[in-house]
Order: sequence, then structure tokens, then C-alpha cells
Amino acid sequence: MKERLQELKEEALAKAEQAETLSELQEIRVAYLGKKGPITEVLRGMGKLSKEERPVIGELANRVRESIADVLDTKKETLEAKQLEAKLEKETIDVTLPGRPVNVGGPHLLTSIVEEIEDLFIGMGFEVREGPEVETDYFNFEALNLPKGHPARDMQDSFYITEELLMRTHTSPVQARTMGKYDGKKPVKMICPGKVYRRDTDDATHSHQFTQVEGLYVDKNVQMSDLKGVLNRFAKQMFGEEREIRLRPSFFPFTEPSVEMDISCKVCNGEGCSVCKGTGWIEILGGGMVHPRVLEMAGYDPKEYTGFAFGMGPERIAMLKYGVDDIRHFYTNDIRFLKQYHKA
Amino acid sequence: MFVSLNWLKNYVDINHLPPDELAEKITKSGIEVEGIEYIADDSSNVVVGYVKQCEKHPNADKLNLCQVDVGEEDLQIICGAPNIKQGQKVAVAKPGAVLPGNFKIKKAKLRGVESRGMICSLQELGIEEKFVPKEFADGIFVFPENAEIGADASQLLNLDDAVLELGLTPNRSDALSMLGVAYETAAILDQPLQLPDESVEFTAELTEDYIDVRVEAPDLNPYYGAFVIKDIEVKPSPLWIRNYLIAAGIRPINNVVDITNYVLLEYGQPLHAFDYDQFGSKEIVVRRAYDNESIVTLDGQERELSAEHLVITNGQQPTALAGVMGGADAEVSESTTTVLLEAAYFSPVAVRKSSRDHGLRSESSTRYEKGIDPDRVKRAGIRACQLLSEYAGGKVLTGPVAFDQLDRSEAKVEITTSNINDRLGTAITDQEIAGILRRLNFHFEEKNSGFVVSIPTRRGDITIFEDMVEEVARIYGYDNLPYTLPQGASQAGGLTDRQTLKREVKHYMEGAGLMEAITYSLTSKERAEMLTSPEISEKAAGSIRLSMPMSEEHSNLRLSILPELLASLSYNLARKQPNLAYYEMGTVFVSTVGENVTKQPQEVLRLAAAVTGDWLAYPWQQEKKQVDFFVVKGIAEGLFDKLGVHVEYKQAKLDGMHPGRTAQLLSNGTSIGFIGQIHPTVQNDFDLKDTYVFDIDLEKLLETIHVEPSFSKIPRYPSISRDIALMVEEGLHAGDIKKTIEAAGGPLVKDVQVFDVYQGEHLPAGRKSIAFNLLYLDPEKTLKDEEVESSYQEILSAVKEAHGAELRG
Repeated sequence: MKERLQELKEEALAKAEQAETLSELQEIRVAYLGKKGPITEVLRGMGKLSKEERPVIGELANRVRESIADVLDTKKETLEAKQLEAKLEKETIDVTLPGRPVNVGGPHLLTSIVEEIEDLFIGMGFEVREGPEVETDYFNFEALNLPKGHPARDMQDSFYITEELLMRTHTSPVQARTMGKYDGKKPVKMICPGKVYRRDTDDATHSHQFTQVEGLYVDKNVQMSDLKGVLNRFAKQMFGEEREIRLRPSFFPFTEPSVEMDISCKVCNGEGCSVCKGTGWIEILGGGMVHPRVLEMAGYDPKEYTGFAFGMGPERIAMLKYGVDDIRHFYTNDIRFLKQYHKA
Repeated sequence: MFVSLNWLKNYVDINHLPPDELAEKITKSGIEVEGIEYIADDSSNVVVGYVKQCEKHPNADKLNLCQVDVGEEDLQIICGAPNIKQGQKVAVAKPGAVLPGNFKIKKAKLRGVESRGMICSLQELGIEEKFVPKEFADGIFVFPENAEIGADASQLLNLDDAVLELGLTPNRSDALSMLGVAYETAAILDQPLQLPDESVEFTAELTEDYIDVRVEAPDLNPYYGAFVIKDIEVKPSPLWIRNYLIAAGIRPINNVVDITNYVLLEYGQPLHAFDYDQFGSKEIVVRRAYDNESIVTLDGQERELSAEHLVITNGQQPTALAGVMGGADAEVSESTTTVLLEAAYFSPVAVRKSSRDHGLRSESSTRYEKGIDPDRVKRAGIRACQLLSEYAGGKVLTGPVAFDQLDRSEAKVEITTSNINDRLGTAITDQEIAGILRRLNFHFEEKNSGFVVSIPTRRGDITIFEDMVEEVARIYGYDNLPYTLPQGASQAGGLTDRQTLKREVKHYMEGAGLMEAITYSLTSKERAEMLTSPEISEKAAGSIRLSMPMSEEHSNLRLSILPELLASLSYNLARKQPNLAYYEMGTVFVSTVGENVTKQPQEVLRLAAAVTGDWLAYPWQQEKKQVDFFVVKGIAEGLFDKLGVHVEYKQAKLDGMHPGRTAQLLSNGTSIGFIGQIHPTVQNDFDLKDTYVFDIDLEKLLETIHVEPSFSKIPRYPSISRDIALMVEEGLHAGDIKKTIEAAGGPLVKDVQVFDVYQGEHLPAGRKSIAFNLLYLDPEKTLKDEEVESSYQEILSAVKEAHGAELRG
């Protein structure tokens, strides 16, 4: 009987070895380990054995069973793994095909520039103020030392609605309004971004609607060197640490002394090129010390308070920073233009 | 203002500086040099030649064969100019010469005859056509007889000059004169100044025997000086005057006109020369014009006058529009022998009005409008007389006869060194300030540790302390100011809640896949009033119109952002960009009286979106989803959810919108905008395909919401989900049924969602099935089935009663 069991074991193991599918394996399992299988049969015939032989054969039969079962289990795992592998192989995809695009929007370039300017000045302790786009003649001009008939009103031909109402030509009226609210008592430190309008025919460098950011700081003992320091810090953060700035005297009715600020040309590094018209410098903003008349009209005593103000055009800054060649791009909303500025 | 550097050299030494360096210094001191023009820098080897002989070319009718003495040799030159004659002194470009445009002169044969060099016109030497004197416009230039044969023609013709173009700010009208620029340059370079000679020899005759001056409007004309110069010979002016005028951009005419123009440029003082014999009387009367009066000006135009215009008259008729243009009647001509010269001060207001009303801007009117130097009026007249006597043979009568109420007093401004330093943040010394004042040629007295500065009348722009701060700073150099940061009490900068929210709304829209657009606020009347939201149209009585629009496309202030946004979509569609999702945040302008505004309109912040084309497109998977109502509604719902606003959607019919696919948005019962598809005919007008939009009153939303997130507990007990499919009339709205469910379900119903809408097979005609998913939750304990079941039954009976809904088996 021992021999018979040994034979069965070897036979089963050989078959298991050769099995290639899980069903074959299952057949082998049923054939050898099933209730009608040969090992069961052997065990059934144990009654004929002697008392001494019975446990020996019994144990042997169990061992044979176990080792066949082990081998079958192992083989089953191997076959299953193979089968999975084959299945996954079939599931292979072309990873180079494009993914499902996500709809991504983004800010307009002017918004990005304005927010960048806002954040820069917020970092220097400025607050952001807004005001109406339809202004009164008083706030747009008179409160800024531009009385009716002043020749400098020519500098910014305006869209009037009535004699006393117009589309604001700059965001400076917000300064006058804010100072007015503070009643000549509190320091003012603000910037005001917004849309402004001038009677210009739209072309590559002119737009009847454009954007402006103005800034104002009024306090006791504000000096012109403070203006220079603040603008320098702004210019370096906005345009890069390697940029030089220079201030030139200029004229605005609402400031005295007045300045225009140039930065060294990024294209030629100050050597002179067509972008900077050979001068090595590019004008980016105007400003100055707040004119005493402006302070006075807003209720501040110019003997006690001084201040500085400045204004800049985000379109111009965007054009310089990104080489945009036509101001109309900002208002035609060509998707091919808008999409270019979305790589944060 | 064009500044010839060769001319400027007569007053101040600038020889040590190349033009570009000088320009840089001037720019940095406050007058921007916008350009440097070199007249004809590359002309070389051009000399004065004497035409010894001039005969017809043997083989060509229109050419002349000339023998020209150029100093060391005679050259045979063929010349085609019609005005060439024997005995002329001409500009000869010798072989080897290079003319502007890199035109090289070589020996050549013309029709078989040798030609060595070229006799030049001014144009060929680089002078712009419009500045060439008329007599030389169609031929070669001829030098005056005294020109030296063989001399360098470039120098004689001022071709070696450089001209600075100054961009003057309105305050610096003092630099509208060569003397003004000389004062400025002398101050910048710290150089002495050489003023022109203003002496003239008068004859024994008295001007007052020839002319009388009466001014009837002294407020507009505080000074009027009349000079009389006899025995004038009208002829070309000397070469140097012509050269300087050309450099300054004025075409030479004749000596009398050229000299008045020369002095205008030199002193910044406009002068006017009348032909004394044609003046029509012995009396000058300056007065306001009468209504219905008219004058024919030098340009041949008849001009209607009114009492707002100041005129020079001969007692009867106007002979000049004061400060703007002379009349044709008393114009100086070839035959003029006696000149009546006007040197006057007209007020800016008077001249501006005339100049505007008649559309006439001249070198004179520009200067009067900006204000001239009272101190130079008479001096300029004297200077012109001196030049007329020297270059026009004139005899100057003792004069002038003048009406004079002109204020020539100098303003005084007090400064102290410490005041200046306080304002600038500098540490300038007393000595430095005194030095700067000297450089500026400002007189001053030192008093009480400060300076009392007398402001010269040429600098009318300086009236207060701050003006002097700028003068000191600009000569001291803005470059030399230190960099400091404000010392005042520091304040925390930042955005207001509203500004933060605006940014967050933008970020949300962008995250939802929309691109920000910015369109014009000024649009056509039609577009300004299209697609306005109910809450806007309710208030606004039409859009506001500009009083003088530049075009009808930008004439009115918008009441809705959408029309221009649709135009932007259309622009892109025309450029083969069919899939677009845009939003814009901006103001609209609401006037309750429409065009008849007298007060500032209400500016309402709105948020608009417009989407067209494919919303999703996965090309190789063959999947596509066109934008539809529910895409834009999803975006709007997300926004309201983010802002914590409850909004109801009410089916609506609005102008310009699809009648079946539009909803008005209501929050707490008030309208806050609308959403839907653009009406197909409007889509057509804009050349658009199906386009879905919304337009929301952000102003109202931002006012009402307070975004302060607070913590609510994460539920510890499980929720229970129940589905319910209801069969209803097909016209019923899911939103209404949902409301009934929420009301009937009780507090345990936390969420109700539509998950299926079905109509068709297995349903009776005219019915549809809507399936809802109900979410039950009790935050305090585990839900019991009975609680859910009882709520479920409540819902069933409520929807049956309210909507006739039946449970679908």
C-alpha cells in the first residue's frame, strides 16, 4: 500500500507540473483528492490492515494528500498570476494619446498687472481705493488745481456728458475724494486703480479707454526723497532688480515739484535701441509732491501736511514688460492674446 | 520747439559738448529733448563755385555745359537746372563728395560730354523741400555775391548743424525762445550768457508824426508798441538768418518777414509787420471786434468776428486778428518801402479764443496763449528794427509810439535752506542754493537766514515756494536726491472685504473655466441699451449719451456688459476660434433720467458671462458636449453657493433672450440678474452660434453677503438615502416639486437632488417622470426607519396634493 500511495503522489505531482490551466488543475485536484479519488480509496481499504500498520499508512496517506494539495495550491497561484498578467497585458493603452482637457480660464493681462501693482503697494502699507468713472468737473479738474480755462486741460481732452459731468480722465479724483473724507486730519496712504477715458482716436498707441493706477501719500514731513525711495522700490520689484531708475523734472498741475520716472531699457540694457528711441531710458510714470493748492482744497493745511502722488498706466507697463505691440489688443479680447498670459 | 545748436552757440558756449550729451543734460534738468536731427551731417566736399561760363549742351536741349571755378581748379559740369546762369555762385559737389542718402559724386559722361561734379539744389544737400525758399524750390541754390569761391558750402549753409526737438510742458513757455533756451542751458552747464545787441540808431524823424496808437481794450492788450521803418528794400535775407529759420522749421520768405520770424524765435515775442502805405490810416486802434464784422486774413480766408475777438484796426476796418494772423490788405509785399512794426502784449485769453474759433494756430498764437515775457516786448521790437536797418536798408524813426499799462514787476518768493531741505530730504548748503540762483540768473537778497528771490518775468511759471523747490532741485539734480522710505506712522495696507471678494469671484470664474475679458464702457446707443437685466431696465430711463461723442460706436454709456462681450465672442468666431467662455466684471451706468442727467449716475458693479461652442471636447474619444443652459447655470450656482446666497430661477421672457430658455434670478424676492440663451435673431445679428449667458448684479450680492465661515460639526451618525420617482404633467417644474418635497419632508431631509428626468415609452402622453434622491440625516442620533418612512409618506401625499404627482412604480 505504501508503494501505491507513493505512486499516486508521483503521478499527481507530474500531472500538476504539466497542468496549464486552472481548470486542468481543478480536474487533478478532484481526481486525486476528491471523495471518489484513489487516496480516499486507499484509506477505505485500511480496515484490512493490522493495528500496527494502520496509523503508519494513515499518516502516510495524509502526508501524500497534503503534499499534493500544497503543490496544487502553489501551482494555482502561479497560474492565477499568469492569467492576471495576460489580462493586464491586454488592457494596455497608448499613453501618448492626449488627456481629457480641463477648461481653464484666467485673468486678463491688465488685471494681472493691476493686482501685481496693488500687492506691491499693499506691501508698503498702502490701501486700495476706488471711485466713480463718471466724475464731476470739480473732482476731475478743479480740485486738482486745474480751474476752468487752464491751458493744461488741453493735455487731456475729455468726454463730457454735461458741462459738469464727464468720463474721468484719470484716477486722481479718487485721491481728492479720499482726502476730502479724511477732513484734513488723517494721513492718507492709498492707491487707486481704474478705468479712465480720453478723447483719443484708437490706434496702436492710443485708446479712448485705458487703465490707470494712481498713488497718494499725505502725512506730516513727507519728503521728495520718500517719493524717490518708494518709486525705486516699486520699479525694482516690478521690472527687476537690475533695472536702474532716473527721475526727471516735469510738469503736472497737481504736483510741484513734478517728476517723470524712467527705467533703464530692458531690451538694450541702457545702451540705446529702437524701443527706447536710442536714449537707453523708458518713461513709465509721472508724479511729484502734492501741490499745496490741492492739499488746501481737500482740507489739509499745506504748512502742516505734505505729500507725494504718482500715476502710471498698466497698459504701458504690460507693453514694456511683455512686448505687447498694440494697445488695442487689451480691448479686442482675442482669445489667442488672452491665453498667452496664463502661465503664472 | 526746434533749437539749432549753431544758433544757440551765439549765446552760450556749448562747444565742449557733443549734441547727444547736451540733450541728455537738458532732458535730465526738466525739458525733454524728444529728438536730435542732424541737418545733413554727411555732406562733405561741397564748395562754393563760380559759374564762369554756361552754354547749351551740344547734344541735349535741356542740359547746360558749365565751367565752374571752385578755387584751386575749374571743373566742367553738366547741369540740368532751369535757373543756372553764368556769373552765379553755386554749391558744387566735387567728385568724391558724398551727399545725403549716401549719394556718391563721380566723374561721368553725359551724352558724350564729360562732367566732373554736380551743381546742387538745397534738397540735394539735405534740406527738406518745405523749407526751401520758393525762388530755389525748382532749381539749384544760388549764393549771395559775397560768398567766397572755394569755401566750404556745408558750413555756409549750416549743414553741419544739429537741431534739438524740445517737448515742452505747458509751464515752460519760456523755452519757446532761443534766449529762454540759452538761459536754461547756461544754468545747466554753469556757463556765462551772451545776450544779443539791442542798440539801434534812430533817425531824427519821429514815429508819432506817422502813427498814433489807441487801445480800447487794455485788459486784453496792456502794451502796444508801433515802430516805423522807412526806405526798406524787400529782398532775400542774409544766408545766416535763412539758415537759422530753416533749422527752426520756418521757410524763409524775404528779409522783412524773415526778420520778424527770426526775432519771434530769438525772443519768443511775436511781431507783426504791416505795409505802412497800405495800412489805410495814421491811427492804430486796438479793440474788441464788432458782431457781424469780418476780416480777410493773410491766407485769403474771410473770417467772421465777434466781440470775443480782439482786432487791430486802422480806425475803420480790422487789419489784423490780434496775435493770430494779419489781414491781407496791409500785407508786406515786394513793393513795400515803409514798414509799420507791431510789438505787443496780448493776453492769453484773447488769443486763445480767436485761435480756437478760427482754427488758426501759429507760432505767434501759441506763444501768446502760453504767456510771453512782458520785459521782452519792446526789446524785441528794437532788436527787429536793428536787423531791418542792417539787412533791409531801413531807417528807424525815433520811437516807438506805445500804449503801455504793462506790469513788468518781478514776483518775490522767499525760501530758506532748511525749508528746501525739509521738502527734498536733502542736505543742501546755503552756498549751494546761492550758486544755483546765480546759475539761473535769478536776483536775490539774503535775509533772515533765507533768500528773497526775484523771479524774472520770463519765468511766469514760478509763483510760490514749491516752484522754487523744483528750480533748486532740478539744477541740483534729481539724481542727487537720496532714496528714503516714509517715516510716518506705519499703517497696515490691504484690501477691503469688498475688494477681496471681487478678487475671489474672479478666481472662481477662472477656475470654472472662463477667461476674463475687458470691453469698452462706451458703446453705441443700441448696444448700450440691449440685454439689460430687469432690475436695471426698471430704474434706468435709457442710457447716458456723451455730449460730443467721437463716433456713434462709442457714444453711450453701457447699461449691460453683455453686448460688447458678445461682440468679443463674434470677433473670435470670425477668426476661427469657435469655443469660447468669457466673463467680465465691470460697471454699468444707471441714470433714472436717461440722457437728461445732471448728477453722477449710479455705477453698478456687474458680472457677466457668455459661453458658446463646445464646452467639453475629447476628440479622439469621439465625445463632445455643446454648451447649454445647464452648463452656465452650473457655473452660476457654484458662484452663489460659494457666496452663500440662495437664488431662485424663475422662467422669464426678456428682450433679446430665448423665450423658453431664460430665467430671471431672484434673491429674497428681488431681481439680481438673468440667465439663459441669447435669442436666435440676436445671435444672428452678432454672427454667433448658440450662446448662453448670465448677467448678475454683483453690487447687490457683495452688499448683502458676509463671508465668515463658521464651523459646523461633521455628522457622527450615518445618513439614509431614499429615491422617489414621480410621474407628473410635463409642464411642471422640477424646482417647484423640489420645494414641496423640502417643505413636507421635515428637518431630517438634508438634501434633495434630481437624478433623472424621463419622458417617452412606458409613460402616458403628456406626462414625465422626475426622480429625486432624498438624503436623511439626524445629527444627534441614529435615524430610525420609522422616522424616514413617515417623512417619506408625508412627501408623497404633499406632492400628490400640490402637483398631482403619482409615485411611479
